[in-house]
Amino acid sequence: MIYFNNVSKVYKDATALDDITFTVESGEFVSVVGHSGAGKTTLTKMILADETPTGGTVFFESINVHQLKNKDLTKLRRRIGVVFQDFKLLSNKTAYENIAFAMEAVGKTEEEIQSDVPHVLELVDLSHRLFHFPNQMSGGEQQRLAIARAIINQPELIIADEPTGNLDPVNTHEIVQILKKINDLGTTVILTTHNRGVIESVNKRVITMENGKIIRDTKHSK
Amino acid sequence: MAIIALKRIIKAGFLNFKRSGIVSWAAVLVVTITLSVITLIIFLQAVLHFSLNQIKDKVDVTIYFTVNAPEDKIMLLKSSLEKLPEVAQVSYTSADEALKLFRDRHSNDYPTIQALDEIGDNPLGAYLNVKAKEVSQYENIANFMKSDNMLVLGSASIIDKVNYHQNKLVIDRLNTIISGAQKLGFLVTLILVIISMIITFNTIRLTIFISKEEIGVMRLVGASKMHVRGPFLIEGAIYGIIATIITLAIFWPATAWLGRNMTDFLGINMYDYYLSSFFQIFAILLLSGIILGIISSFLAIRKYLNK
Repeated sequence: MIYFNNVSKVYKDATALDDITFTVESGEFVSVVGHSGAGKTTLTKMILADETPTGGTVFFESINVHQLKNKDLTKLRRRIGVVFQDFKLLSNKTAYENIAFAMEAVGKTEEEIQSDVPHVLELVDLSHRLFHFPNQMSGGEQQRLAIARAIINQPELIIADEPTGNLDPVNTHEIVQILKKINDLGTTVILTTHNRGVIESVNKRVITMENGKIIRDTKHSK
Repeated sequence: MAIIALKRIIKAGFLNFKRSGIVSWAAVLVVTITLSVITLIIFLQAVLHFSLNQIKDKVDVTIYFTVNAPEDKIMLLKSSLEKLPEVAQVSYTSADEALKLFRDRHSNDYPTIQALDEIGDNPLGAYLNVKAKEVSQYENIANFMKSDNMLVLGSASIIDKVNYHQNKLVIDRLNTIISGAQKLGFLVTLILVIISMIITFNTIRLTIFISKEEIGVMRLVGASKMHVRGPFLIEGAIYGIIATIITLAIFWPATAWLGRNMTDFLGINMYDYYLSSFFQIFAILLLSGIILGIISSFLAIRKYLNK
């Protein structure tokens, strides 16, 4: 589903990715681990074409994501749900509107929005927060809202970039369980983290990164 | 589909305006200031226009005829002058009227009146007073008086003098002042409008800068450019509409006060002017406000959209 071929990213004074090659199959749950600055976030941004590589290619199925025009890029991003460490919710919109916005973006009707939003909020246990703004919610709740937004349009891939970085262990556990549930339902998940506990509780394929290189991939070592 | 999208964009614009609270009102304030500057300029132009017209009205050229010049020849000249495109108005004063006016003017000047009485006859000739449409056109009229046309009309012999050449210096100077005032007025207008536009643009840019992150998030969620940009453009238009209403409301009592207290000084009743040109001013402000708001938003957001 995702193919990295000798991808490099060099900033003025630092190398973020150094000749990365790996593939992710459809339906996989891949955890990417490494210290801060190991290149995990740059890796996820490559898939979204939020960063351009200095060398190599990134394919999403048969699409070279860095050769897409603006309009097609928008279409690609609609097939990918993204969850960030800092949630990146729209602060002047309520929980309901945050999700509705993602649905409006893909052109869903008002009826679909009205029936789907409460449903997905129930899925992440936020039914009681429908009309609250993000700043009225706890970190765990905000992250669950972000996940709800990421899955609302049934994406083929979920990218979760340090989704538990700002959360306590209880909330971390909940988020991991939700992501596993999503993966069980058939959605591919790429999760980046520096938390050993998270990887152990996921217990799936792990790619370990250091200084922009993949130093271990459990897929190959198994 | 497009209608639904438009409805959503408009709704989101209003919601954003409401929820941005003080930031929205700060932008409205700045647009209001810009529109107030534009209104002030409209008023200043009106005052300037009115004063210049009054000054222009005081300028004229008088053609004095010899005593005993036959009236039918004078009338012939009058009608040919009236046919000139530059001429706005020609008024005839007969010798008798001229004498009467002279006597009225010097009614307290006893020696002059006595001298006049002693002469017995009317020593004054008739005269024509010519007003041009533009101050700059007096020279053409004076030239016409000197030209061959006059010989054809047979008028050259009856003309005593034309006072254009005595007035030439004043007329020329006035002409310079009027065109200078108009040019200066235009320049000041231009500078003020540009300055306030830049300030408005920067304020709106700041309000959008606050939403910079959100714009990025919207794009990552898969929103199209128009879906992200639309609500901001609507917000910009709302700034313009509200600022127009506030500006019109401010100038209502302001012009009423000016009308009551400053009409003599300005030479024009601002309140009457405001009421009589209300819809024109309203249209100019609304259009400027909305265009300013929308264009500023459009330019400001472009930077964050092209990622």
